[in-house]
Amino acid sequence: MALAIEARGLEKTYRGDVRALRGLDLAVEAGQVYGLLGPNGAGKSTAVRILTTLARPDAGSATVAGADVLADPDRVRRAIGVVAQRSGVDIDATGRENLVLHARLHGLSDGPARAAELLGRFDLADAGDRLVKTWSGGMARRLDLAMGLIHRPQVLFLDEPTTGLDPEVRARLWQEIRRLTEEEGLTILLTTHYLEEADELAARLAILDAGRVVAEGTPAELKAELEGDAVHVDLAQPETNGRAVHALAGVAGLREVAVDGALLRARADDAGRAVPLVLAALEGAGARVASVTVARPSLDDVYLRHTGHAYAEGSVR
Amino acid sequence: MTAVLRQSLAITARQLRALWRQPVYVAVTLVQPVIWLLLFGALFKRVVDLPGFATDSYVDYLTPGVVIMSALFSAGWNGMGMLNDLQRGVLDRFLTTPARRGPLVAGPLLQAVTIVLIQSLVIIAIGAIVGATFPGGAGGIAILLACAGLLAAAMAGLSNGLALITRQEESLVGAVQFLVLPLTFLSTVFMAPALLPGWIGDVARFNPVNWAIEAGRSALSADVDWSLVGPRIGGLLLLAVVSGLYATRAFRAYQRSL
Repeated sequence: MALAIEARGLEKTYRGDVRALRGLDLAVEAGQVYGLLGPNGAGKSTAVRILTTLARPDAGSATVAGADVLADPDRVRRAIGVVAQRSGVDIDATGRENLVLHARLHGLSDGPARAAELLGRFDLADAGDRLVKTWSGGMARRLDLAMGLIHRPQVLFLDEPTTGLDPEVRARLWQEIRRLTEEEGLTILLTTHYLEEADELAARLAILDAGRVVAEGTPAELKAELEGDAVHVDLAQPETNGRAVHALAGVAGLREVAVDGALLRARADDAGRAVPLVLAALEGAGARVASVTVARPSLDDVYLRHTGHAYAEGSVR
Repeated sequence: MTAVLRQSLAITARQLRALWRQPVYVAVTLVQPVIWLLLFGALFKRVVDLPGFATDSYVDYLTPGVVIMSALFSAGWNGMGMLNDLQRGVLDRFLTTPARRGPLVAGPLLQAVTIVLIQSLVIIAIGAIVGATFPGGAGGIAILLACAGLLAAAMAGLSNGLALITRQEESLVGAVQFLVLPLTFLSTVFMAPALLPGWIGDVARFNPVNWAIEAGRSALSADVDWSLVGPRIGGLLLLAVVSGLYATRAFRAYQRSL
């Protein structure tokens, strides 16, 4: 299996003893969206800056598209597209000028044609000859993406591509990102501090905390480690005599049954199979049920488990 | 090599387009030196009565001085564009493409030189209108333009390097102001060499601004002193190259901060 990105033991300390990376390891297979998830300050952007040849690590090594980021940065640069957290669009130029300039810097011979093609594909053709400073944020972000793709890169870095975008624009960008891997076989390294974004897009992901990877796997694998779905039952009346809890004790595959007033909580290996049994048991015990909710474990729970703190707490800005 | 050339052209085209889109900035850049020429020309009109001036027309004397001074001033601010690119993430984007560092510096430098050449022609034209004469003719004017252009390239290189190293508007503005005014006044822009206080005369000999003024003035005179013009143009050329290399190296300092 070819690795599109491989990093071993990356370390980076900034002035003032800020240890941004402490031995970061990554292995990203070609052709997938790989998520780097973590709060601000976890080291995501530093990792991207090293992998895109902007910054040098203090220790460790990395290859991108088979080329060493330290020994052969030019080969890396030819193979990658970068959409940074800060937009890299020149707002005092038109969209087309931005694209053509990048085509020239990459040495493409078909720059203007390629620019026109991408403007069309990202729905920017009408605005293409207007200065970018007159565009909306969502349009500028799409141009950013188009600029990152102009030279048909093998690996695309998206550093928090949807931060600050409204939900509709974000959904549209997600669609585009999915299409890039599914139809064009691009490898995408996506950093995000949105849990749902990683869940939605990434085939595999690494959770970063304080400069190193604390958990790695597919979203499903990471969630499966949490052992079971949450089952919540709202009773019509508060439980007073313990008979509901008693009734549930015999249901197969149900654990950690607890009651809090009218709310019953439990964990189930497979909530889909457990719910009918739970309902039958409660009915048999004469407890009336108002509603049942089932929650699959979320990346929130995964994050909490691996870092020891809840996701929101971990974000420092 | 051809890749470097193509990249340089692409970046320069971008810089010139950006300039074209700021007509107010261009207008101010062109009008301000003219005001200096007229203002200082009127203010110091009678200094040529002092012994030590080879001419009896101060505007003859002042026009090349204002050309060089204006080249220094306008090129000094060239690094602001680099700073802008840096702060907006445009520079990071360039640095992750296969573009070499040379073209990233060559673009702004050529932009500075372009505006200085236009500015210089405007000053020369206004000077001629208010009565300056240029016995050196077209050849003399061409040499003055070369001096202004080389000095602009040197100053723009320094300004871009400072932008990459300080990465702060205030620091860049401070550093440029700290340099530009003393360099101007420690020279023969306004005053004949014979009339400079001794220590200023000594300092002026090592001041590239003064090299440019002396070479330009000599080239515009009736009998050009090539033994004076040649070394000074050589010095300016060397300085422009060193300054360009300094700006290119400054990318490393910037990238180390990332």
